[in-house]
Amino acid sequence: MIPLSYYLILSAVLFTVGVIGVLVRRNAIVIFMSIELMLNAVNLSFVAISKHLDSLDGQIFVLFVMTVAAAEVAVGLAIIINLFRNKETVNVDEINIMKW
Amino acid sequence: MDLVIPKIDVVSLGPELILSIAAIFVLLVSVFLPKGRKDPAAYLSLLGIFFAFVSSIFLWGNPRYSFNNMILVDNFALFFNSIFLIAAGLSILMSVNYLEEQEMSHGEFYALILFATVGMMFMAAGSNLITIFLGLETMSISIYVLAGFFRRSNKSNESALKYLLLGAFSSAFLLYGIAMMYGATGTTDLKGISEYLSKAAYLKDPMLLAGMGLLLVGFGFKIASVPFHMWTPDVYEGAPTSITAFMSVGVKAAAFAAFVRVFLYSLWNLQPDWNHVLWILAVLTMTLGNVVAISQNNIKRMLAYSSIAHAGYIMIGMVASSELGTSGILFYMLAYAFMNLGAFGVIILYGRKGEENLDINDYSGMGFKYPGLALLMTVFMFSLAGIPPTAGFVGKFYIFSAAIKSGYIWLAIIGVMNSLVSVYYYLRITVMMYMKEPVKEFAGLKWSPSMAIALIIAVIGTLLIGIFPSPYLDLARQSVQLFM
Amino acid sequence: MLDYVWLVPLFPIIGAIINGIFGTKLSKKTVGVVACGVIGLSFLVSVLVFFSLLQLPPESRSFEKIIYTWIAAGDLKTTVGFLVDPLSMIMMLTVSGVSFLIHIYSVGYMHDDEGFKRYFTYLNLFVFSMLVLVCANNFLMMFVGWEGVGLCSYLLIGFWYQRKEPADAGKKAFVVNRIGDYGFLLAMMLIFVTFGTLNFKEVFNIAHYNFQVGSMVITAITLLLFVGATGKSAQIPLYTWLPDAMEGPTPVSALIHAATMVTAGVYMVVRCNVLFTLAPISLTVVAIIGVVTAVFTASIALAANDIKRVLAYSTISQLGYMFLACGVGAFSAGIFHLMTHAFFKALLFLGAGSVMHAMAGELDMRKMGALKSHMPRTYWTFLIATLAIAGIFPFAGFFSKDEILWNAFQKNTVLWVLGAGAALMTAFYMFRAVFMTFHGESRVDEEVAKHLHESPSVMTSPLVVLAILSAIGGFVGIPIIKGANVFHDFLAPVTGEHLAGSAKVTLTNLAYASSTAVSSGEAVHHPVGLEVLMMAISLAIALGGLGLAYYMYIKNPSLPKRLAEKFKLLYHLICNKYFVDEIYDFLFVNPIKRGSEILWTFFDVRVVDGMVNGSGRFVEFGSSVLKRIQTGYVQNYALSILVGIGAIIAYFLFM
Repeated sequence: MIPLSYYLILSAVLFTVGVIGVLVRRNAIVIFMSIELMLNAVNLSFVAISKHLDSLDGQIFVLFVMTVAAAEVAVGLAIIINLFRNKETVNVDEINIMKW
Repeated sequence: MDLVIPKIDVVSLGPELILSIAAIFVLLVSVFLPKGRKDPAAYLSLLGIFFAFVSSIFLWGNPRYSFNNMILVDNFALFFNSIFLIAAGLSILMSVNYLEEQEMSHGEFYALILFATVGMMFMAAGSNLITIFLGLETMSISIYVLAGFFRRSNKSNESALKYLLLGAFSSAFLLYGIAMMYGATGTTDLKGISEYLSKAAYLKDPMLLAGMGLLLVGFGFKIASVPFHMWTPDVYEGAPTSITAFMSVGVKAAAFAAFVRVFLYSLWNLQPDWNHVLWILAVLTMTLGNVVAISQNNIKRMLAYSSIAHAGYIMIGMVASSELGTSGILFYMLAYAFMNLGAFGVIILYGRKGEENLDINDYSGMGFKYPGLALLMTVFMFSLAGIPPTAGFVGKFYIFSAAIKSGYIWLAIIGVMNSLVSVYYYLRITVMMYMKEPVKEFAGLKWSPSMAIALIIAVIGTLLIGIFPSPYLDLARQSVQLFM
Repeated sequence: MLDYVWLVPLFPIIGAIINGIFGTKLSKKTVGVVACGVIGLSFLVSVLVFFSLLQLPPESRSFEKIIYTWIAAGDLKTTVGFLVDPLSMIMMLTVSGVSFLIHIYSVGYMHDDEGFKRYFTYLNLFVFSMLVLVCANNFLMMFVGWEGVGLCSYLLIGFWYQRKEPADAGKKAFVVNRIGDYGFLLAMMLIFVTFGTLNFKEVFNIAHYNFQVGSMVITAITLLLFVGATGKSAQIPLYTWLPDAMEGPTPVSALIHAATMVTAGVYMVVRCNVLFTLAPISLTVVAIIGVVTAVFTASIALAANDIKRVLAYSTISQLGYMFLACGVGAFSAGIFHLMTHAFFKALLFLGAGSVMHAMAGELDMRKMGALKSHMPRTYWTFLIATLAIAGIFPFAGFFSKDEILWNAFQKNTVLWVLGAGAALMTAFYMFRAVFMTFHGESRVDEEVAKHLHESPSVMTSPLVVLAILSAIGGFVGIPIIKGANVFHDFLAPVTGEHLAGSAKVTLTNLAYASSTAVSSGEAVHHPVGLEVLMMAISLAIALGGLGLAYYMYIKNPSLPKRLAEKFKLLYHLICNKYFVDEIYDFLFVNPIKRGSEILWTFFDVRVVDGMVNGSGRFVEFGSSVLKRIQTGYVQNYALSILVGIGAIIAYFLFM
């Protein structure tokens, strides 16, 4: 039996990888994928805790999160594609007309 | 693990259901409407909002849990419902002509506003972190789209992208916070968490505290608290103006509803821990918002910073951690809804395609050309600045006196000082309108009936709440009595 | 009738609404009639309320009319309500009466201005706010009026926004007043914390019965209140906005920046006299600030050549007197001077406005002279006002100023000396203004001289009425004779001073007064004798100022020329005499002039302005730096979120 902490640490590591991805990558789509990685890292925690506590809540939560993530991806990709049509770039460093 | 099919109490979800049905109906109907003439969709949405409002009134004073304790329909939720409905209704009224001028009249716009409103309602009524998260995402996803609705505009696109990336980023933290809460307390139910904490012997569990911190971040992002506020000016500036108006009121109110419910109810036992943090955040938020607003030249951006500052004032109500403070938050949100929507309404009416009039200098001399519009703007600016006898003044008074009552005198003093600073940039607009020569020719205003109605409602709301606040204060108090 | 007191502020706001919303559709005449009419009605109601108040016995002359509960936050109930007592009554009468006259005057003065309707809207709005301020029964309502008058003042200073100076002046007034308002707000918060209520009567009752003299809290509250008062009433160090405020239309200067709004600070201090009496330190501060302001600004007025600036500095100086009165505990004397000052200073400003009207907007007194024959009515009324402000018997200012000086004398001789010095300067610069403007040789531009004319009667009639008030207004407060100081007796229930008749006053102050008399080397007189002596001294001081001004501005300039024509041989002799005068000028007048110029350029412009502008610039600088954080890069924003998370979690885990 693998203890709960292993799952939680793995989840934390995945989450951190996601965060770093958001901070260092310049491509909007990759940033977006990193965010999805963060969400899924949390999902892992939920499932692990749910199993540990023997309660269903966490697993149901994961289903909701996946649905939400899917909706978010649909909208997010649409926004990024539209942006690409207008500016022909998805590099977030070039997307700063508005500042100060 | 028994799965019990919960009792379905449809009535308690009345407002949400009505709005969802209206939204779907709007989507369907708008397919059959001629291109560029989608205003029937708007009126249909308004009808939905009206019935949702009526059904909220019927639910008043009869708090109930439903859907297996996933939602709690109490006066608190219903009070916020009315704020969301006002925000949605006024935004839609302001959008009709605006969209036609921008050649962006689509039925989806109204449907998305309604869906976002449904999400907000779930946030206010959620009695489980799951419900709150789902409400937040329903709201956010709709708003991502709405922010980028002017798909040919670079600014609108940029606004949507920034909001999307940062919103999703912060949601991930919120979600992680929920997971930690779940791990620490074994439940995601707000009541369950509160019961766990009141029995728990040890409140220094790192998982619990870290979870609380992450929840704070998630809500802090949506209310635009420093240092999670950075998206606000950019997103507000780029989004369609009516959506900026809707966001600044609706999203903020919804986030505060959930924030208050989670922190002042579920995490009440940790109040000594989070209170200091909120104290600091409130001070930073209002100070940064007000100070930076002074040097803004774009009026939408200025109002974005102003909305950051207002989030700071409202957080004072949370720090006060009393019934008075919480009812102050509700009252302030109501007042803020009218005055801020009104101000954005004037901006929409004054700016038109090709000549957006978003620079503050564009307002110079407007008072002589359009005295009526300038008078309205003056009322809204005064109210935002907190000058009596407007709604904004009573709201601030109420929140600051709550802080004083709870012993946070320094916080109140900083708040007062901040609102004095804020007068400078709000009055700058008034000064421009009345005390400067016009810098350019004015093309005529296009008053539309819907815009006129929206502005009249906003100005009546602002003045009525300012001059006769008692009934609304009573409502706000009733809304928190049952909840605390 | 007392129940209808709410009509007093109601009428002006109705006028403001009518003119504000429908003004563009109304003719100028209608606008004028509406604006004056509503103020007239308001005055009428005040008079009726006054008579109903008089019918009550003196002890019960305090009536609260509560309209409705405005804000109820917890156990704090704030009402929209009006307090009618002798103090608010006097203020109501003064404000509505003087406003009425100035409104009428304005109809003539502003007749050709494009902003006619805007002007009357603002002016009505101002009167409304001012009446709310003085009738309020609690601090919050008072604050509402306080903010309202500040706003109208700001709008009216910048009324001619097309020019740069008025706009700048408006901005300055605004910034400076914010500082004062902040003091008031803090005081209000402290009152709320200490007393749990903002209602005047309740606060004063609790303070009276539950607090010791010298209590720290009360001292803090009163000092903060006084900060508010220094802002609104233009006292050191927050006075600099008032001279600049003269950029507004002259009737506005008369109404807002002389007769009414700037006295709000004095009114507030008197209203809170219960609190101030409990805080001797604050009273001392009030007295010192008052007297220093009085002397300091009077000395600046000596060198000013702009007629409105002379009057502006004089206003500040007179306000200093009122604070001096409050500071020595003579609250009713302060209000008395407030009232008489409203009459004669409004008259002076309106007279100056009339002169400007004739002179095509010229303000420099060096380009005036000999206007007496051209505008007799303006001249005579202006002269009466000058006699009044200088404190010449039997004009109104004599009685009020003397009462203040007498009270100051009883308290502290130094205060009296300074006050008397200021009185001397007042008489001097006011007569200097009269002589330079109306007497002597005409230095008027030829172009302008052709058009010199007396102002229309719509402008001069208010002058006459105010002149009558300035001449006889003082007789309501005759000192010494028992029972003749009606004003003092009327106010006594509010100010808590002895039911006068100076016999009573002198009895209680007998020991103190006589000891002062002894120490100052006077023979031990009966105090009444001392008081008469002091009156004679102040009259002598006033006449001294008059004489000096006469000597320097009437005699000297004309004397040499006339003599030089007739007696050419004696010319050099006269020249020599003149030379003596030059030395005298060099030794006495020039240093004062130069000193006051240095004070003006250095202290006024550098220090005070620098402080005010500096704080504004500091905030603006901070703003421009802070906004650079907002780089526009989405990843920087994400980083900021992450930093925030790190800090918060670290706090939760390690604190």
